[in-house]
Amino acid sequence: MQVLTDLIRSIPGLGDMSELAMHITISAIMATLMFIVMALCALIFTWMERKVAGFLQSRYGPMRTGRWHGWAQAVADMLKILGKEDIIPRDADRAMFVFAPILVLLGSLLAWAAIPWAPGFVAADLDLGLFYIFAVSSLAIIGILMAGWGSNNKWALYGAARGAAQMVSYEIPLALATIPVVMYTGSLNTQDIVIAQQGGMLNWFVLRDPFLFVAFWMYFIAGIAETNRGPFDMPETESELVAGYHTEYTGMRFAFFFLAEYANLFLIALIAVMVFLGGWWAPIPFMDFLPPALTFIIKGVLMVFLNMWIRWTLPRVRVDQLMHLCWKVMIPVTLICVVGSGIWMMVSGQAG
Amino acid sequence: MAIENIKTTNGWADQDHVPGIKSELLELNMGPQHPATHGVLRLVLHTDGEIVYKVTPVMGYLHRCAEKIAEGVNYKQWVVYTDRFDYLSPMTCNHAYVTALEKVMQQEVPERAEHIRIVVSELSRMASHLIALATFGLDMGAWTPLLYCFREREVILDLLERISGGRMLYNYMVPGGVRYDIPKDNWASDVIEFITMIENKKLDDYNNLLSYNKIFIGRLANVAVIDEKTAYDYGCTGPVLRGAGVNFDCRKDDPYSLYHKFDFDIPVGKGEMGTVGDCWDRYIVRVREIEQSCRIIRQALESLPEGPYSAIELKKIVKAPAGAAYSRVESSKGELGHYIISDGGQTAFRNKVRSPSFCNLQVIEKVGVGQMVSDLVALIGSLDIVLGEIDR
Repeated sequence: MQVLTDLIRSIPGLGDMSELAMHITISAIMATLMFIVMALCALIFTWMERKVAGFLQSRYGPMRTGRWHGWAQAVADMLKILGKEDIIPRDADRAMFVFAPILVLLGSLLAWAAIPWAPGFVAADLDLGLFYIFAVSSLAIIGILMAGWGSNNKWALYGAARGAAQMVSYEIPLALATIPVVMYTGSLNTQDIVIAQQGGMLNWFVLRDPFLFVAFWMYFIAGIAETNRGPFDMPETESELVAGYHTEYTGMRFAFFFLAEYANLFLIALIAVMVFLGGWWAPIPFMDFLPPALTFIIKGVLMVFLNMWIRWTLPRVRVDQLMHLCWKVMIPVTLICVVGSGIWMMVSGQAG
Repeated sequence: MAIENIKTTNGWADQDHVPGIKSELLELNMGPQHPATHGVLRLVLHTDGEIVYKVTPVMGYLHRCAEKIAEGVNYKQWVVYTDRFDYLSPMTCNHAYVTALEKVMQQEVPERAEHIRIVVSELSRMASHLIALATFGLDMGAWTPLLYCFREREVILDLLERISGGRMLYNYMVPGGVRYDIPKDNWASDVIEFITMIENKKLDDYNNLLSYNKIFIGRLANVAVIDEKTAYDYGCTGPVLRGAGVNFDCRKDDPYSLYHKFDFDIPVGKGEMGTVGDCWDRYIVRVREIEQSCRIIRQALESLPEGPYSAIELKKIVKAPAGAAYSRVESSKGELGHYIISDGGQTAFRNKVRSPSFCNLQVIEKVGVGQMVSDLVALIGSLDIVLGEIDR
């Protein structure tokens, strides 16, 4: 943040800003920046999703809008969705219906604050960073429940009930899988976690010990479930629940859910990169000439690609199989990873 | 997942799970606009959470009075209405009608015409089964097999377009033969090339991508089991009956056309992944039938005789002597029968259609009880119903 502070101070007339004013200014700038990045990534990922799906299904995907490979398709879609009529069903619980998409979006937006993009470049440098991310991202669950209940639609209610059950359950393995990393680092601060992985691929937490390797994949699977994407897209399941909790939403309110989905997708990928895959550090030290933020984003996009690849390949699991997987397989395995990693740390003398 | 202790729906609803709080079943309308009902089918569900306690299919949204129309238009004009029964395999529907009609008319059909009919019927069956796989995968949440199956179906549609002029609704068979001969531009060799590709490569692709996928098997094995007795009781035919382990196929057991000349097997469900008659069995029967269709087509084309392709001049209006006849064929969905009563004129006095999807659908009322909502979707998908045929 020092860079930003110096930049603002160098503007004539702003040099003698008070600490508080400076803090507020920087927060406002970073919040705006995060929102723009989030909206942009939603745009890019909708296009990417369609291209990846097309690639896997032996077709092209969008090819016309814009010149090169339909790059403007997502922009056109967004403009179209802005112009749609905003329908609120007559029997809906108005307050809940209106507030739900905002809450869902808020949940993922808040979590973006603690993502370390580059050394020293993080919107909120919190000591409880990782804990904060998991805490605020559960806000979305309340939003989904409100959307389902407020719509006054039985399919939406089904989707909301499934979604809440799924997301509450999968937060546990998701958070548990990161505990070994926190044990290694001795800190929940997101920057500290990345800094601890300096020095090439072998220092990344995913390759530090076998338990962490398992924990990474547990995190990855739980992450897919947490973002409600295939094969765990229970809350939406277009072939069973029509469209799940957002069945009744149109126009911009629907776009909020859409935005939140892709923001969450990238967020979960970025956390995976940050915690397990070395954050902004390049895989091989001599590749350090790349800007750290770029390395970080490229890794995130690769994780997103992996997620899309899985989504467009596998059929969906059933809702009870999903819960079975979480409570009877993933939580025990992640718990074993925590204990095993602890023992590994003691034995290899890395305890810090 | 069967619920043993449920006798009646009301019996469950009246129980108090929590003292003082009365619970009741949630009535849920699945359809007529619902992505998993394969058309305008409406199911009224009574559910408790994810579990379904009562399913009532409501039909009739697509009723077009086709049987009544048969009493008003002459025999040949009604062939186009059969196209619209099972619009995914119209050739077998055509075949069913003209077979029954020829029985009433006591009309002989040239051997070449019979061969062509068998080839196009089997192509149509393959197209229909491909759609069945594709949409079943989609019901289970797998998008990609849909596109793959449609890619192959497209080739079949192109082939059928070249022979009949239509891509979807062919109106190709006429009493006494077929409307056009096989095109001269290598049609037969293109068909052979296509079925070779299906046999050698594409079926393996589907099996790798979908059939033997762990998640897919987990979703389908032991789900919505239709046992032999239930299948008999409800008059199920086609892959639903064969999935239940019964070796019955009109092509073998009541041979029509020239099917007795060809060598092919009837795949039946064996309960490889779970119980005999579960969703996976019904699914895999269709995959294996595609393979058998390929065998039939190859034999029919290789032994294709020369000669006329229609016994009756095409422009002639046909008449049938007074009488009645029932004839059944194995369509892609099951036993498709036509009962035609003639009073000696140019139009049928009565034409009753026995459509397989209609009978297959009824089983949902029994088998759907005690399933989860997701399993009900699997059940509907595995029955492979076509609403155009149910409502006629």
